[in-house]
Amino acid sequence: MVLLTDMKTGCQEIFYPLDPQAAHPLLDQILVAVREDLSFIHEAPGIHEEPGEQTFIQVYNPPLRLIIVGAVHISQFLVPMARMAGYDVTVIDPRRAFGNAVRFPDCSILNDWPDDALAELKPDHRTAVVILTHDPKLDDPALEIALPSPAFYIGALGSRRTHAKRLERLKHLPGLDRIDGPVGLDIGAKSPAEIALSILGAITAALRQGDEK
Amino acid sequence: MASLKTTPTISNDSVPDLLSTAALWQDQGRKVALATVVQTWGSSPRPPGSMMIINDEMAMLGSVSGGCIEGAVILEAQEIMIDGKARTLEFGVGDEQAWDVGLACGGTIRVYVERLEQP
Repeated sequence: MVLLTDMKTGCQEIFYPLDPQAAHPLLDQILVAVREDLSFIHEAPGIHEEPGEQTFIQVYNPPLRLIIVGAVHISQFLVPMARMAGYDVTVIDPRRAFGNAVRFPDCSILNDWPDDALAELKPDHRTAVVILTHDPKLDDPALEIALPSPAFYIGALGSRRTHAKRLERLKHLPGLDRIDGPVGLDIGAKSPAEIALSILGAITAALRQGDEK
Repeated sequence: MASLKTTPTISNDSVPDLLSTAALWQDQGRKVALATVVQTWGSSPRPPGSMMIINDEMAMLGSVSGGCIEGAVILEAQEIMIDGKARTLEFGVGDEQAWDVGLACGGTIRVYVERLEQP
């Protein structure tokens, strides 16, 4: 959804650009704003050096999503940190002893098998997927769904050795180099909270600098 | 993990939190104004679309800069809440007023401030 404000008169209009029947003189500019998640003023060319109309195009995109596979100790720190950064967070773990509302209050938890849950959630280009179970039975099926998706970040927990073994197991899959593994920025993180911080750092880098790499 | 037992974190950046707080203030009988960054030049800490809400008790939530111009926006908003006329405020380094309020980050910011009407 976008809100259009005429900067001179203050007249406002709500517009739904993704509606197939959407029609508007500024549709092209609005679609750019929505795609780039960037609000801006569009200035129509004025007549004879008179300043033209100014319209502020303000984008209200849904929040970015973070899908965490593995309701582990690191996740208990990553969930609130990611929320503070504006993410809509979902935790997937079929093990109810891990994924439950006592350990993750007020959090969306799915106790399904990771590949089913991920297929349902359909990660898009505004979604980050972080895989933290440390158990190939759960991690590998999750990666099989995440890798072909347009998710802007895919990270998987594990030491260099664990990660090398994972790549060997999954060598039939395309796009293995998309996996950030060992997960997170290399800041020497040790505790669960520090590792969560390094993961959120890596997600932010992918979001903000992804095209520059 | 005491922090996890509380309600979800309110992020100053979250549009739903800002708008629901604005609605709460209105329910409590407060006048409310919405300030939105509409344009920036040079270095500025908050991009277009960043929002802040202000009420007639000088309370604020959200931000339109790194803290340099919020004070001035709150003062202007008080007037806008009374007369209902939306206006665009501009703050820049070459601007005496901006210097007074301390926009030292080296940029120019245009902020659109409007009164939120009762639904």
